[in-house]
Amino acid sequence: MTLTVSDRSAPPRAPGHPLLRAATGAVVLLVLLPLIALVWAALNGSGDLWPHLIANVIPHALIETALLVLGVGVVAGVIGTGTAWLVAVCRFPGRAVFEWALLLPLAIPTYIQAFVYVDAVHPLGPIPTLIRTTFGLAPRDLWLPEVRSLPGCILLLGLVLYPYVYLVARSAFLVQTASVLDAARTLGVGATEAFFRIALPLARPAIAVGVTLALMETVNDIGASEFLGVQTLTLSIYSTWLNRSSLPGAAQIALFMLALMVGLVLLERWGRRHLRVANIGGRSHAPVRRPLSAGQGALALLACFVPVLLGFLMPAGHLALAAWKRLQFHGIPQTILVETANTALFAAIGTALALACGFLVVVTLRTGALRSGLALRLAGLGYAVPGTVLAVGLLVPLAGFDNMVSHVSQQLTGISTGLLLSGSGAALIIAYVIRFLAIPVGGLEAGYGKIGPSLDMAARSLGEKPGGVIRRIHLPLLRPALGAAALLVFVDCMKELPATLMLRPLNFETLASHVYAEAARGTYEDGALAALLIVLVGLAPVILLARLSRPQHD
Amino acid sequence: MVRTAANSLARRLAVAGSLAAGLALAPLGASAEEVVNIYTTREPGLAKPLFDAFTAKTGVKVNSVFVKDGLAERVKAEGEGSPADVLMTVDIGSLLDLVDQGVTQPVKSDVLEKAIPANLRAPDGSWYALSARARVAYLSKDRVKLDAITYEDFADPKYKGEVCIRSGKHPYNTALIAAYIVHHGEAKAEEWLKGVKANLARKAAGGDREVARDILGDICDLGLANSYYVGLMRSGKGGPEQEEWAKAINVVLPTFQGGGTHVNISGATVAKNAPNKGNAVKLLEYLVSPEAQDLYAKGNYEYPVVPEAPVDPIIAAFGPLKVDNVDLVAVAKARKAAANLADKVGFDN
Repeated sequence: MTLTVSDRSAPPRAPGHPLLRAATGAVVLLVLLPLIALVWAALNGSGDLWPHLIANVIPHALIETALLVLGVGVVAGVIGTGTAWLVAVCRFPGRAVFEWALLLPLAIPTYIQAFVYVDAVHPLGPIPTLIRTTFGLAPRDLWLPEVRSLPGCILLLGLVLYPYVYLVARSAFLVQTASVLDAARTLGVGATEAFFRIALPLARPAIAVGVTLALMETVNDIGASEFLGVQTLTLSIYSTWLNRSSLPGAAQIALFMLALMVGLVLLERWGRRHLRVANIGGRSHAPVRRPLSAGQGALALLACFVPVLLGFLMPAGHLALAAWKRLQFHGIPQTILVETANTALFAAIGTALALACGFLVVVTLRTGALRSGLALRLAGLGYAVPGTVLAVGLLVPLAGFDNMVSHVSQQLTGISTGLLLSGSGAALIIAYVIRFLAIPVGGLEAGYGKIGPSLDMAARSLGEKPGGVIRRIHLPLLRPALGAAALLVFVDCMKELPATLMLRPLNFETLASHVYAEAARGTYEDGALAALLIVLVGLAPVILLARLSRPQHD
Repeated sequence: MVRTAANSLARRLAVAGSLAAGLALAPLGASAEEVVNIYTTREPGLAKPLFDAFTAKTGVKVNSVFVKDGLAERVKAEGEGSPADVLMTVDIGSLLDLVDQGVTQPVKSDVLEKAIPANLRAPDGSWYALSARARVAYLSKDRVKLDAITYEDFADPKYKGEVCIRSGKHPYNTALIAAYIVHHGEAKAEEWLKGVKANLARKAAGGDREVARDILGDICDLGLANSYYVGLMRSGKGGPEQEEWAKAINVVLPTFQGGGTHVNISGATVAKNAPNKGNAVKLLEYLVSPEAQDLYAKGNYEYPVVPEAPVDPIIAAFGPLKVDNVDLVAVAKARKAAANLADKVGFDN
């Protein structure tokens, strides 16, 4: 296996199929649809919104958001990269367990994490009560960190979002280790030095992708920041919209946010503009993991255990306890099974479609049917739009389409079709696809990055057709990336809240909307069972994800 | 005939589980069966018992969706095809918003006009209040000895570091600030809001019942929250822990200086393109019947809007409610100014 770090080597271009190009165009158009609708709405003017926002809202919100993004970036980046390194190249007790356990926090939605921690660290919560009764303290004698604060929010978000970084960083380290690090080691480079001078720079593009995903989630988060009282840009501006009920205002705000997000992404890409890492030919072989001394091993174990404990075991345990108490008190909610089925089914459909669309776009680019990466960037835009705003942007065109179809049908056949898309849940699935398309696009692009262009050239020179190259070379090599993207999208769809709340049809609840309804009423303990189910349903994919991303010869 | 067949197929698919909603491409809503479709910002847990009772009584099936934000946008976008019959909100401001955005239609009903006092409905029948609740003071039983308190008092420096309240941008608080503006003007309201903020024991966040929990946890001594939560907690319906929270507080009905207690409403309007308008009116009429008003009082611990309907004993124990004299519509109009003030003083920051 050879790794090259070179300057902008472009993959070879084959004449692309026009059908591919058209299909990709359709996908990009779908993603742009809500944005176009928003631009249209934004042009309607919003009167006195901006002077107020600029004077009273945006300065504070910008600082708060910047600190949050910075904090979460550092927390998620350090935990994700650090644990990925330990698990990928070191040998210590429990390593095999942590390899998948480190992903578990992915199953916990940020808003649930926030509920749990406020509950658990409250003076009346189980931990403080235990401390107080042990030492005979009055509530005010025991100082507790305030979870409802910016540092609290940073920590909680960092704890549930670090797996995005961990996942990609680990794959990156696994691919590198075998040859480069072995070579480095034979040249007498120490472990620490190897990490900082070789592994980390090589893994940087991957880590950047992971951190960007985590930060996008952070900027878009409404549930946790609202509950913890952190005035992020999304939250402040969002509530300004709600208090004014102005769609044009909301649209302008959304576009403003979008510009900021695109700025964030561009900045990140610009930062690694000269870096291109490709794995030219060969297969990665299983890395030989370095055994750690007893002391180092204990430290490594601790470093891996703490994120799992705080990010997953603690909240899941607390939820399980709360759910158990509610079960005894209220019994099993009758609707919970249907809600679970709804959640899993919609997430599965959303995932399948997102994956298909993502693959289409990336393949089109690879085969040279499109010359620039613009389509990729555009296809990933949905991730940068807050869920609520995306939903509002989708409402108008989809309902417009529905009404048009119904109208035509009425004219031709006398049958009114009603709201075909927005009344059936199809709108929700479309929202999922647009919102999460960035994940398969990003993942597959990174996956393709590791398939050296020379492979395509070799295959083509041996007479393989472009379709054959995709089917017989790319797809098998992309399998881990596809699997990882699928599971991430699935978990994300399942946790999705704002678009679900706004776009779902009558009499349709998901686990997330159930939890939210209880939380909105202040009775979030009644939502504990549904919250626990989100975590449980999310667990299977997360564990699968861990297996999938393991190298084949492990 | 064709239409009925298609629709009954749609129904059957829909009934086969809401799973079908996604697959069948068969919109729920219009149907041969008697139905009424409700879009509501009211949490399903609170509204469901009322809907069930209505179905039991009339045989009209209630389809509902809880849409927290963007209700008006959704109905507006759906336009003529919208299945919505009744739009139900928990705040006078958002109710009037619906009317202003042109997604409602006025309906006339002798039953509604007779049951609901004139100040709790639109003269033209474009909206009707269905229940009410007061924004009341939760005071620590152990640490605050007061029989009466004004909203103005919450800004008194003697309560520094002792006040708990939810976000200043929450509709409940926006309406309260709006009422303050109507009473005292914007400048005084800003001063007041600054004072309350200076008194906060913790961030203005979380929910109303956390005020009681935080008082028990000795985080703060007093706070503002809605009346019906006390009913939920004291009745034991929320479980034993919440009974403990409620035991830690005394409830006092605060007043504005020279006014009464701030009361907000939950209410409903009929959607502009309602496909089942008759059933929509039927539902509204049911909701002000003695039976439903009793459910509002006993099930949700709200104040009924029908004057002769009894209040639940837990709520009645707070003492006689002297409803503030300001006009609800004026409060709704001051809402934007109130939201701006909350931003301006950085109430939630």
